[in-house]
Order: sequence, then C-alpha cells, then structure tokens
Amino acid sequence: MSGTRSAAEPDLRQGAPTRRRAEEIGSTPTGPRPLPPLGPQRTVPAPDEVDTVLDTGLRVVAVRRAEVPMVEVRLRVPFADTSGREDSTHAAVAEVLSTTILSGTGTRTRVAVDDELAGVGGELGFSVDPERLTASGHALAEGTDTLLDVLADVLVNATHPDDELARERARLVERIELASAQPSVIARRALQERRYGSHPVTREMPRPEEVTGVTADAVRALQASALRPGGAVLVLVGDLDPSDAVSRVERALSGWAAGEAAELPALPALTARDLLLVDRPGAVQSQLRLSAPAVGRTDPRYAALQLANLSLGGYFSSRLVENLREDKGYTYHASSSLELDPHGAVLVVETDVASEVTAPALLETRYEIGRLAVVPPSAEEVESARRYLVGSLLISMSTQAGYASTVAALAAHGLSSAWVREHPARIEAVTVDEVAAAAAEFFAPTAFTGVVVADAARAGEGLRALGGVEIP
Amino acid sequence: MTSSVTAPRETDRGLHRRVLDNGLRVLLVPDPAAPVVGVAVHVDVGFRSEPEGRTGFAHLFEHLMFQGSESLEKLAHFRHVQASGGMFNGSTHQDYTNYFEVLPSAALERALFLEADRLRAPKLTTENLRNQVDVVKEEIRLNVLNRPYGGFPWILLPPVLYDTYPNAHNGYGDFTDLEQADLDDAAAFFDAYYAPGNAVLTVVGDLDPDEAAALVEKHFGDIPARPVPQRPSFAEPEPAGERRDTVTDAHAPLPALALGHRLPDPDADLPGYLAHAVLASLLTDGEAARLTQRLVYGDELVTDVSASCGLMGAPLDARDPDTFTITAIHPGDVAPDRIVAAVDDELARLAADGPDPEELRRVTARWASSLHREHDRLMSRMLALGAAELVQGRAELADELPGLLAAVEPAAVAAAAGRLRPDARAVLTITPGGAA
Repeated sequence: MSGTRSAAEPDLRQGAPTRRRAEEIGSTPTGPRPLPPLGPQRTVPAPDEVDTVLDTGLRVVAVRRAEVPMVEVRLRVPFADTSGREDSTHAAVAEVLSTTILSGTGTRTRVAVDDELAGVGGELGFSVDPERLTASGHALAEGTDTLLDVLADVLVNATHPDDELARERARLVERIELASAQPSVIARRALQERRYGSHPVTREMPRPEEVTGVTADAVRALQASALRPGGAVLVLVGDLDPSDAVSRVERALSGWAAGEAAELPALPALTARDLLLVDRPGAVQSQLRLSAPAVGRTDPRYAALQLANLSLGGYFSSRLVENLREDKGYTYHASSSLELDPHGAVLVVETDVASEVTAPALLETRYEIGRLAVVPPSAEEVESARRYLVGSLLISMSTQAGYASTVAALAAHGLSSAWVREHPARIEAVTVDEVAAAAAEFFAPTAFTGVVVADAARAGEGLRALGGVEIP
Repeated sequence: MTSSVTAPRETDRGLHRRVLDNGLRVLLVPDPAAPVVGVAVHVDVGFRSEPEGRTGFAHLFEHLMFQGSESLEKLAHFRHVQASGGMFNGSTHQDYTNYFEVLPSAALERALFLEADRLRAPKLTTENLRNQVDVVKEEIRLNVLNRPYGGFPWILLPPVLYDTYPNAHNGYGDFTDLEQADLDDAAAFFDAYYAPGNAVLTVVGDLDPDEAAALVEKHFGDIPARPVPQRPSFAEPEPAGERRDTVTDAHAPLPALALGHRLPDPDADLPGYLAHAVLASLLTDGEAARLTQRLVYGDELVTDVSASCGLMGAPLDARDPDTFTITAIHPGDVAPDRIVAAVDDELARLAADGPDPEELRRVTARWASSLHREHDRLMSRMLALGAAELVQGRAELADELPGLLAAVEPAAVAAAAGRLRPDARAVLTITPGGAA
C-alpha cells in the first residue's frame, strides 16, 4: 500500500471481490510475524472502603467506585436448614419465601415496591440456595436511600399476602417443572445426590410437590425465625462515600431485630466411587460430571490448586478443551472448576457431548485428569494460567457489579477485600513444583465420583465396556 | 509500508476516529477507569448474508477465524490472549460478526497484533473446518436441540414472519448445510466480506489515543485494500395478514407462543424505532408492566411473558427489517388465542390512551440505569460502540441512548402500540412434544 489513496487505485466500494484459494489467503510475502511483548502494566490504588460490623451483627462493607452514577447492593444471609430431618420442608419454604418477599409489606403493595424501585432506576431480586438467602440490587446513586428503604421494608415487614403467595407458588411449580426438563439441571441434581446423599446441600431446587404443600404461615414463620442479621453481610459498591453509606444502612436497617443466622453445616467428605449412569431416553447429548475433594481459599495450597485446575480445564487454553473440543470435536465446552462453600471446596470436571461419543469422551476426560496428576503442567502452562488468573481477577473487579459480587462472596466466607488484593502476590509466588504437587494430590483419578446423564440405550454399551460406571 | 491517516476528529464524547488507507474504520475511546483495554473487530457480514444452501455459514466462519492465521498456529490465538491475562469471544448476528478481547492494558499491542493477523491472513484448512463443524453441531445441540424452547423465538419465528431467504432462514444452520460446507466456501466468504474496508476496529480503555493510533497503523496498516461488497437490501413487504404456524418441541413441558411484528426502519425513523424499545419495557419489564400485570397477575394466563425490540433481544442490533417480539410460556389448559386477545386488548388501550407520564419516567429511569451498568463494563461498552458505528454509522448513538429513550413522548409510545397490528404479524405456537 502506498501513501494516500489516488485516482489510479480501485474504488473500494465497487468491483468484483478478489477470489483466492484458501492457501493463498493464509500467507503474505512478509511471512509470519513475531508476537509483540507485553508492555508495562499500570496498577490502581485500592478504592476507599469501610468494613464494619453493626450492633445487630450485620457486617457492612461500603466501597467507593464512582465510574458510573450507580450503586450496587449485595446482601447474603446464611439460611441453612439445620433441622437435621430428611423430610424437612425448609428448602421448599425458603424457595417460596424468596419468591414472595417482594410481594408486599405492611405499607407497600407488590406493585408499589416495584414502582418505587423503578423510579430510581432500581432493581432488587432475591434468591436462595442451601447455603444462604441472597439479595442483589442496584439503583441510580441518587436513589440509594430508596433502595435501602425498600430492602429494609421487605426484610422486616414482608407480609407474604395469601393471594400473592398462592399465585407465586403455582408459578414457581411451573418454573421448577420447566427447569427440571433442562439436562444441566437433571445432571446437577444427580451429581449432588451422588456426592452428598440426602444432606441439605443437595436441596438446590425443591420438588414441585414439596412447593405445592408450602403454606403462607410456614413462610412467615421462617422469615421471622431465620432471616437474621447476625453473620449476614451487606455490600454497597458505587458512587458513594463509604462512611456515609454505612450510616445510611444503619439508619435504614435499624428495625431489623438482632439474632443469629444459620450457617451451613460442614458437608460430608466426598467418597470416591464409580460414576452413576442416569438414563435420559431420547437425549441427543450426554452430560459428564466428575467431582473430587479440594481445599478452599485459606489453604496454603489454594493458589497452586487454582493453577493446576486452570491447566486441566479452568479456561479455554487448557488440556480438556484442547483435547475434547479442538482436537476431537466432541463438545462445545468442557471445564474444570472449584466449588467453594463456607468450609472448603470440591473440584467439578464437566462437559456435554454428543450421545454417540459418550464413552470416548469419558475416556478422554479421565485420561486428562490422570495425565494432570502424573504429567504435571509445564512451566509454560503454569505461566499462562498464572497470567490468566491475575488478569481475569483484574477484569472481573473492574465493574461496580463485579466488585460488589466478589467482595460479597469473600465476606460470606469470612474474608475481606484484602484477600483479593493480596491474592495476585500469592499467585505470582507459586512455583511449578507446587503446582505439580497440587495436581498430583487433588487430581488423582481414584479420588473422583460423579454422574453421566445419557440415553442409556445409546451410551450404555460403551460405558459398560469402559468400566468404572455403575449402570442401574 | 506506512500510510497516512486522516486527521483525528475528537468529539465531546472522547471518541477518536481514523480511517486507514485500506479502508479500515478505527474508533479509539480512552476510558481510564481501570487498567484494562478492549479490542474489537466488527465485520459487516452476518447470517442474513450467507449463501442459500449454506445456512449457518457466517457463524461457522466466525469459528474458523479462531483457528489460526499466518503468524499463529491453531490454538495460539486463545493461548496468547489468555496467557496475557485476557478473555476473548466472537459472535454472529443478523448483520455483523464481532471478534474481541479484553485484557490488562499491558497487552494492548499484542491484542492488536492478534486481530490484525487473522484479518490479514487467516489459515483456513479442511481439518479445522471439519473439526469446527463438529464443535458447532455440539453448540447447536446444547443451545437448541437438547433443551426446551431452544431457538425460541429467534430461529423459529422468522420463517413465519418473513418470506425471503435472508430474513427467514435459520442462522445457526441445518446440519446438512454445515456438513456440506467446504474450504472453497470459506475462501470465497473471506474474500467477499472480510475486506478491511468492510470492518470497524474499536479500541477502548486505558490508552493514549495517539499511541494507540500508531499501534493500529503498525499492525493493520499494511493489510491490502480489497473491494468492499455492495451491501444488499433485505427489504421485503410487511405481511399482508396474520400468519400462523405451529412447531412441536420435544423437550418443552408447557406450550408457548410468540408474536412477531415488523419494526420501523431505524435508519429512516429512529424516534419511531426507539418508541418500540420503550414500549417493550412498558409491556413486560417489572412487576407493574402492562402485560405482566394483565397476563401473569390479572388473567393468570401465562407463566412468563417477555417483549423485545429486536429479534436478538437488544434494540438497534440489526438494520431493517427487524422484529418486535412478544413471547409467553403458558399452561396447557389456556388456549393461545386467549393470550393473543389479551395482548391485543392491552396494545389497543395503550394506543388509545398512551402511557401515564410517570409510568414512562420509571421505564426510562430503568433504561438509564441499565445502560450505565452496561457501560461500566468495558466489554459491553466496546461492543455497543463498535456495533453502533458499523450498523448505524454513529458510535455516539451507544452513549446517547439513555437520553434518546428518556425523550420518547407518551404519544410516540401510543403510536408504536398502534403499529403492532393483528393483520400484519406472525403468531407461532409451540406444542410440547412429550419427550421431556
């Protein structure tokens, strides 16, 4: 290309396209070029933050991040089933509670709650899982008080009106039926039961018939007894002054009576065993889910474990993805991840594959798990995982919403934002040998259990031949 | 091998534009909020442009662009982005295909190098093509064939509302078409559509515009200019009546329906188009929304209802013609026509009386808030700017959207509701197939 465009050159908006062969397209006279090095990386100071515990036992973390005129709110209240009963209705009652908590208070109707939030560009949502009740919300920064006021009102004064509850309960049953048809949900439920039997942690989604039996009185009773600030955490991130924000929270939530929220009891240790085949007749795809014990954020091996996990399947440039997807074409996605709970962590290796390659894909998955344990990540693999882990942490914390969610997740497990600020230094310090040790310790194939959800008529024979799969 | 650049034109939004001699349009947007940068290439070809008999080819080709280029072996692109601490992706839309990465700012030049290398000389091989056909088929099984309501409504509704191949066909592709795609198709597609003059490069984040411009020139400047294809019109007449079709979904536990209406051409009537975006929110965003109130809480006809301005879920993502959709999932004992009648009734009320000004203010406050949040995320803002530059010719539109939506008058929303006429629409019903 010479300098400026001249009349002699073709008019770019017209003319027949160039027509080359693929080999011609893929090379130029210059030939391959070298990859540019990384430049210097700018760092940013930690944002202003107040992290304090109110008299009620509620921990409040307020962080100033003023890039856009918004405020993000996250509330996490421990909300475990401590009944110890296998026939406990807790999961179903909690699910209805989180569905109807925005349906009205002593002073606001369901529509008034939503209108008031909308007026300040706000949204507020509740969800519940076996560990906790979570509220996530946001509003224009000028509407912070409105958002807090509505949040406080539903926490303290939600009435769960009979008619609203009856309707929401029916809708919830329909949504659960809908979700229960999703292969990912079927696989998740089967994995939880394979790993934890009937422990409360398996009750991630109640059965429709359990929800149908939930009464308004049971919901109100659970809210009165279990929705407590002691041990809960509220995080605000946005265009705010942290001290002032804490005062506003204290004022808004002054009516939330003290009391201890219920922490999830420690999970049973995972038992290594064969994978269980779960039949899903007619399925065109199979779900493979393998799981093994691991360690959580406060363990000295955690950073090395993270790097080993990334090398196996924690990101795209990993052994699992490069083998199962980019070499074999068995799957669109394959991954390995750490699931954290208040007491520790487990590994989950998962992929969804075409029915006809169920057994070959399981073979390759097991091969890669075993290979990680005995042919540990090379220095190059470790360095790639390290850069990715540090960079993705930086990127995930670069939004108000991402920052709020990260700090809330840490706080719910007893950590502060200091942990995430210090974590890059821990990641940088991990040696290749430490990654190899973590790989050998946590990715031993004999440590795994799990499930395969598949059309048994199509996949059963291959899985039987492969072995290590319990076929009912 | 240098070429001059046109003088930068700085706007009050901090957008810096260049056009390289090879025709590549460049947007440089400093945003120092975090030490992170994003690089995106938007190419002016989407699934509406793929040839007949090659459904799904634009998306398949997007996959091929990740499979290596002159300086990068297969897998190297992924590895270099991630080993620089970044994330990447690409997506295929009706009228464009994007490729992007977000990384720590230290990796800016590396990201530009990676994008330039594949825009200059992608390595298209039969082996990679066959492998990616398999991967794409698994993607389709995951997102469409093996789940309830897969492809609803974006694949299933267009063939009911539209007559011509570009607008009506399945952009994910039929398996037989995907399997027949060969290397010549790929080479022809690249030469026809991936000319530098047919693309927009967007660079956003912790950058100095002059330094970034020099790096852009260094890496993209010597990509030879090639002819830019004449963009075809996809216009077709509005439907002359109500069109109906039924599809069986083997995995769906409950029936569903989708209404599809034509949107105004945003190029010719932007205010009229944006009134439909506001209308969609008035209908189904939030507990107090018109259709949510009526269908979910009032008449209790549906489990969920959702309205969308744009087939792919976001406004201004495509050129004309595009689709306004209303979808609902409902119990088996509710006849679809009861739902359709209730929707028509609510639309008629809005057309006659317009929205309450306070109701409208709440909707636009939520729009402003959701756009602030989107723009807080560098990746989202980058993709919005790049798409607006390519599709509407004005990146500024992405930043101006909250103000434009806030300025929509009640009368314009009433007019938009009045345009959604029963005698010019598609009605698609989904019947559960019982295999779930």
